[in-house]
Amino acid sequence: MSRVLTVLATGPLALIEDLGRPGHAHLGVPPSGALDVPSLRLANRLAGNPEDAAGIECVLGGLSLRAGSSCTVAVTGPSVSVQVNGRLVDSHAPVHLRADDVVALGTPLSGVRTYLAVSGGITVSPQLGSRSTDLLSGIGPAPLAVGDVLPVGDPVGPPVGEDAVPPPSPPDFLAVPVVLGPRDDWFADAGAQLAAAVWSVSPESNRVGLRLLGDPLRRAPGFEGRELTSEGVVTGAIQVPANGRPVVFLADHPTTGGYPVVGVVPERHLAALAQARPGTRIRLRG
Amino acid sequence: MRLRRCGPDAVLVEVDSLSEVAAARAALTGLPGLVELVPAARTVLVSFEPGSPGSRQVQAVLDQADLSAAPVGDSADVTLPVVYDGADLELVAETAGLSVDEAIALHSSADYTVAFCGFAPGFAYLTGLPELLQQPRLGNPRTRVPTGSVGVAGEFTGIYPRSSPGGWRLVARLADDAAALFDPTREPAALLSPGDRVRFEVVS
Repeated sequence: MSRVLTVLATGPLALIEDLGRPGHAHLGVPPSGALDVPSLRLANRLAGNPEDAAGIECVLGGLSLRAGSSCTVAVTGPSVSVQVNGRLVDSHAPVHLRADDVVALGTPLSGVRTYLAVSGGITVSPQLGSRSTDLLSGIGPAPLAVGDVLPVGDPVGPPVGEDAVPPPSPPDFLAVPVVLGPRDDWFADAGAQLAAAVWSVSPESNRVGLRLLGDPLRRAPGFEGRELTSEGVVTGAIQVPANGRPVVFLADHPTTGGYPVVGVVPERHLAALAQARPGTRIRLRG
Repeated sequence: MRLRRCGPDAVLVEVDSLSEVAAARAALTGLPGLVELVPAARTVLVSFEPGSPGSRQVQAVLDQADLSAAPVGDSADVTLPVVYDGADLELVAETAGLSVDEAIALHSSADYTVAFCGFAPGFAYLTGLPELLQQPRLGNPRTRVPTGSVGVAGEFTGIYPRSSPGGWRLVARLADDAAALFDPTREPAALLSPGDRVRFEVVS
């Protein structure tokens, strides 16, 4: 009996993520890490882990794992069915597994990303201080594949049964606050343009950025066709490429960008964006 | 100098030159709650832990700094062994009005400094490129530039840490036995960091 989880199914995309590797942007290394940070932190607390332990981020569920030894897992994020050996158990609660038990996630009815934490955390080798998979740079472990055997650490604390943690239900309309700048002056009355627009989440969105569809943002007089020298960008930055359609940078974003950033979504609102399905309507409030 | 707001916990410092970027970066090093300090060609992005007082100290720190002075820091000296057989070496020499040997001598005798990194992990933009070698990018970028290729573009020279698309004119490549520019399993992962001084050593 060894402390491992064996991957039996991955769903569309399953990645190992912790809280990422901020502090390396000056080397061209993105922060990476879980997109819905509060959900990973909660899963870790429920499994008795420090909040920064590595867990699994699943796009649209479908993950199935076999436990190599007894352990506790917890699944968070949007509401999703969780089964152990074919029997329904609770999400958003500690679930005990014995050796050879199989835990399987269904497909969430709303939202995008569910998180699974295991007592002791997943202990693949860290790179630049983090176990996170960075899809832009190829740093960290490869996306999970059937047959992978994931090492699991020793549990450090008892599972925490928090009473009644209701799963969030991602809405089909999101109003997201924006702090204007650093390049809002490149756009004609940026605050008013943003406030008036309703965007739709593009299916091309990924961990690098949430791409938004809608009427292009108009440049201010004198800024049409102008090029920006590349400059550092933060997670949550709303970059506006030449086509005028914003991209909200998420955890695997490039560290510098050559298009103007009209505003920044504060960190605490990024989890909601990480759960926005294609077609979700979004208002950016400047 | 101008400060631009970059969300609740970050500031973009805009200056007029690469030397001011280096000085501003040095001045901002070590502020409380600092998370990222990202130099670029005309800016330094400085970000802090949420709610940290550091972001309110940026203006005062920069007001007291002399941005015209060369920064004093803990930068490293790095020598990179390279083979000058780049696919665009003849083009670069011809554009400069030099022989190939003269172009090699010019590129390999200059002292370079890492101004900033970006584009890919470990990709360092080196300044100090002799003026004759400051040349435009290729009109038709390559879809695949091999790992370790040394190129020139505008005022910069740089080395591709891994294979990627790219439009820089290629003059050389890292020697086969040279340390990788970026290896996430190594400590430190990146060979070059902003402020480091770099020389190229000709090997054949």
